[in-house]
Amino acid sequence: MSAVNPAIEHLHEPHHDAPPRGITRWLYATNHKDIGVMYLVFGVLMFFVGGLLAELIRSELLTPTMRVLSPEAYNQVITIHGLVMVFAAVMPITTGFANYLIPLMIGAPDMALPRLNNWGFWLLPAAAILLVLPWGLKLLGIGTGTIDTGWTMYAPLSIQAGPGADFAFVAVLLLGLSSTMASINILVTIAQQRAPGMSWLKLPVFVWSWVVTALLLIAVFPALMAGCVMQIADRHFGTHFFSAAGGGDPVLWEHIFWFFGHPEVYILLLPTTGILPHILATFARKPMYGYKAQVYSFVAIGVMSIIVWAHHMFTSGLPAGVEIYFMLSTMAISIPVAVLFFCWFGTIWRGSMTFETPMLFALGYIVLFGIGGLTGLVLSDAAADQQYHNTYFLVAHFHYALFGGPIMGIFAGLYYYLPKMTGRMYSETLGRWHFWLTLIAFNVVFMPQFLLGIAGMPRRIPDYALQFAPLNMVSSIGAFLLGATQLLFLYNLARTVFGTAGAPASARVWEGSSGLEFTLPSPPPFHTFSTPPVIE
Amino acid sequence: MNAVTEPHHPYYIPRPSPYPIVLSAALFLLGLGAALRVNALAAGWWALGLGALLFAYVLFRWFGEVIGESRAGLYRAQEDRAFRWGMLWFITSEVVFFASLFGVLFYERNIAVPWLASFNAAHTSWAPFSPWPHFTAHWPNSGPAGTPFEVVNPWGIPALNTLLLLSSGVTVTWAHAGLRAGRRLQLKAGLLLTVALGLTFLGFQAHEFAEAYRDLGLTLHSGVYGATFFILTGFHGLHVTVGAIMLSAILVRAWKGDFTPEHHFAFEAASWYWHFVDVVWLLLFVFVYWL
Amino acid sequence: MSTIGYFLRGGDDMSGEKILQLGLLGMAGTVGLAGPAAARAFYNFQTPVTPIGRDVLFIHDLFLIIIAILFLIGTGALLYSVFAHSRRRRAHAATFTQPVGRKQWLWASTPFVALLIIDYLILGIPALHSIWALADTADAQMTVQVTAHQWHWQYQYPAYGIGFSSDLSTPQQQIDNQAPKNPHFLLQVDHPLVLPTHEKIRLMLASSDVIHAFWVPAFGIKQDVVPGYLRKTWVQIDKPGVYRGQCAELCGVGHAFMPIVVRAVSPAQFQQWVTQERAREAAVAATASATYSETQLLAQGRHVFQTLCAACHQLNGLGLPGAFPPIAAGHPFAASAPMIAALRARGFYRQGEIVEGPVVNHIRIVLHGIPGTPMPAFAAQLSAADIAAVITYERNDFGNHTGDVIEPAQVAALEDGH
Repeated sequence: MSAVNPAIEHLHEPHHDAPPRGITRWLYATNHKDIGVMYLVFGVLMFFVGGLLAELIRSELLTPTMRVLSPEAYNQVITIHGLVMVFAAVMPITTGFANYLIPLMIGAPDMALPRLNNWGFWLLPAAAILLVLPWGLKLLGIGTGTIDTGWTMYAPLSIQAGPGADFAFVAVLLLGLSSTMASINILVTIAQQRAPGMSWLKLPVFVWSWVVTALLLIAVFPALMAGCVMQIADRHFGTHFFSAAGGGDPVLWEHIFWFFGHPEVYILLLPTTGILPHILATFARKPMYGYKAQVYSFVAIGVMSIIVWAHHMFTSGLPAGVEIYFMLSTMAISIPVAVLFFCWFGTIWRGSMTFETPMLFALGYIVLFGIGGLTGLVLSDAAADQQYHNTYFLVAHFHYALFGGPIMGIFAGLYYYLPKMTGRMYSETLGRWHFWLTLIAFNVVFMPQFLLGIAGMPRRIPDYALQFAPLNMVSSIGAFLLGATQLLFLYNLARTVFGTAGAPASARVWEGSSGLEFTLPSPPPFHTFSTPPVIE
Repeated sequence: MNAVTEPHHPYYIPRPSPYPIVLSAALFLLGLGAALRVNALAAGWWALGLGALLFAYVLFRWFGEVIGESRAGLYRAQEDRAFRWGMLWFITSEVVFFASLFGVLFYERNIAVPWLASFNAAHTSWAPFSPWPHFTAHWPNSGPAGTPFEVVNPWGIPALNTLLLLSSGVTVTWAHAGLRAGRRLQLKAGLLLTVALGLTFLGFQAHEFAEAYRDLGLTLHSGVYGATFFILTGFHGLHVTVGAIMLSAILVRAWKGDFTPEHHFAFEAASWYWHFVDVVWLLLFVFVYWL
Repeated sequence: MSTIGYFLRGGDDMSGEKILQLGLLGMAGTVGLAGPAAARAFYNFQTPVTPIGRDVLFIHDLFLIIIAILFLIGTGALLYSVFAHSRRRRAHAATFTQPVGRKQWLWASTPFVALLIIDYLILGIPALHSIWALADTADAQMTVQVTAHQWHWQYQYPAYGIGFSSDLSTPQQQIDNQAPKNPHFLLQVDHPLVLPTHEKIRLMLASSDVIHAFWVPAFGIKQDVVPGYLRKTWVQIDKPGVYRGQCAELCGVGHAFMPIVVRAVSPAQFQQWVTQERAREAAVAATASATYSETQLLAQGRHVFQTLCAACHQLNGLGLPGAFPPIAAGHPFAASAPMIAALRARGFYRQGEIVEGPVVNHIRIVLHGIPGTPMPAFAAQLSAADIAAVITYERNDFGNHTGDVIEPAQVAALEDGH
């Protein structure tokens, strides 16, 4: 090891400003923008994979008859749909924004730990392959396909499941490692790489949202990883963590899963609540309202999200006192979330608004996520939850919260930053079509599901009673429209990135934009802020 | 803020590196191999073996590159701080991992086992329906369908192990003092002692596991006691192993003349990790062996 | 028949075209926000028939009104702002970034105070009331033991010494769309749970395999059942009638196919039913020593196979590759190592193919299941006669021609001695 690595001999060269050529630029990347772009591309790709699975689900549910999928395949498809959307679509996209934007927003030359950054990214495709590989093995006659327990992986159904479950647990371990590495890097970057004068309370809201998100990831993901190890041990090494015969308890897994799973909801949500105020302020041409209130709300949401997990388990048979605690603490989260809504309203109020695509998605976010939040209030009631839990009411609720929130926010953020990243404007007409069709189709898919849940349709069933038929058909037709609409987005994206049709974007891109990232040319050069800007 | 107080130099951004993606590939192979292996598919051995080789190779090369960069003087105060905070957050995530395992121990012992036994309480509506009519709550416990076993006597090997690990915490601190004072011999001797104590600990631990399986009937199959005992001590042992490897690498580097009294992040990272493993053991001794 | 009626009940035989028409109508209705009466009719819970059910419906109604108001206020403010504060109307934006002065702070904090009141008083108090009510299972007049299995429910009445399992009775042909669907498609069982009205009944819930959930919407209760543990809840039904529910926790491939049907009758009728049920169970017990002709066994066996076995082994007996072995011998089958090892050890697997193993092992498999695989034990669920019939059927249909005729006595002999 004493011989100096050949690569190191070039280290003293002045900064290499041009991106390296060829495929190794991406495979071996250490540049935060390149890694950010890879996260975004991977996430968008997996969004379409997850979407395709959703279309399969809705095709099966179009009519009350088993036509498209067998019950086994159906259970596998719903499971992978959930895992892919949460871990391989939304999380990578928000992490992509973090990688691309945080150094630009705080005036840093790059992320603090660039190689670690790339490692975190490349664990994702590895995990995604492990998730779907069992389907490939099944084609070869090995195993029973992928995990079929629902993304919650409740024991002992998970203990009973085929080999696909082992692949899923291993995949979750890799995902956990990936998220932990990304979070460490983000925290260190924000703590260490800020430009002179960029004090904590001058950090853009988006950066703050990631401070809390990264802390949450470090605080809860290792718990899920420990749980996955125990699942594998119960499945193959004769332990009884989740089995009463050995003194264990299946409900323990529910505790572990939701101790991770509830904060995970905020991990998906917070980064987009961080992007939203930037967009609202830009298009209202008005400074952000309630900056400190938003920052404190992020922190409050982060802390509270760790102590409310068992509201996902109100029907599991917890003692009444425990249910009451979790109900009351869950209700308390409505306060900081309401503060965020208040600040969003405050930001656009008496502004001078125009409605470009990012703004449309941001406003759509407020309405749809509002419905998700309000129905969440309903679900926090431990008594009434007896009727809502595990019905389509719940399914509709969390799609309003997670599509209406993170995914609408991701669209808003992508349209908002695409001109900055590519140097070209996307097609505004297509963007608007995309928004309006998404808004309509989304409601056609999920509004009926509230009604279905109230009428008594359980979730995760491939076949259903006849009184649920009409609304399911409505929902499925909506899903086909929603899926088709996303192709518009894909086309718009491709034509902006690869085509030359879009008008060139200026450095500021938007008339009302502000922030360090908009002081750089569009697209920004390969290396930025090698000399840190000084913040007054 | 800190940047204001020191003269500016560009933050060191490494060139494109093949190691991260290869390390991911190695972990993919290890994961794939494990998933195949537990399902008794022979290809698992190949994936595991290849993954392990690749893993070791990449770590060796990657750390080699970082060490080279460090020797080339590319890391100054800001890079150093980034490494430090990175390591601290990594240890934090490990703390959460072990906290979860302790949480599981607490749940099984204080909630699950008493809950199972509560169905037998006389004069309750449960009693006629109890799934485990003869089960009583006590600890240690292998569950209503478990087999009998004996526990490891805490005042034998475990107490000795506590002593070993605590002394190793002292020796690593002594080595650190030597490094800071420029007494290289003290550094090397301290490190050597620490690694030796760690390896002795591991030897005893392996002996204890063998004894538990052979003589005490305490195995992974021994209900929740066996499960929590082996997962906690097992993961701790794994961490001691990793820590010992880290310290050995530091020892080799110290021998080759690396580290200055001002500049020795790698040493500190390894010793933080070692202290963390130490503290976990103390908690283990109290909650797993003793109480 | 009004549209609403269709939404609620569906037709007797829903053809694809009718469903499409209804779907389009439903779409028009949803998008156009059909009149409030119609909405009320289909978005509400089933009419509750227990105290808890009424409590929960009250909370639900209260909730929906409150969140509807909150939503209208929020969306109203947003829409107002979108129109009034657009660039066309306001060339210059305001610059405020936080409330200024005492009056504004007061205004700004009102929504949060209101939210606290909604959370903890308006919604919290009724919630606490019903959580305590739900937890109070004391002073029950009768206890019924409910055990969940993959994938059916089993009900036992310890006070009367009777018990039976309750299986989905929708024929596989209807599920496969080869026959017109019954109006209660997937919500019908062979033996419903019968309960007396006006009595407080404690349900003691257990599971034999994985987590299931007992849910009857009209009772307002949903309770997970956890294997190895007990859970309890209670009902007190006011109105005689038939109430239908479903398992509400994913429990494997048959999750959609284990409905709960409760028939609530007056206490007097309940006593009559107990007498009949005792007689029926005695008659079934007697069949264990009876002898049947091959024709009888085959007919009964086909019935049992189609209701219980076909969900996994399929109507054509070919199973599902990788998951459920064929019943038809001579077909190749690949699956997980434990499954193959178990089949081979019992003599049902040779050289990559399913073969016809010994009768004794066949009976044992059906009685006790195969641990470590999804094959459940049927000893508690099926009578000796039914097991004899289904095995006779399996060994003489699907292209199998063993000629074996199994009588109930053979099954009964193996039932006790493992």
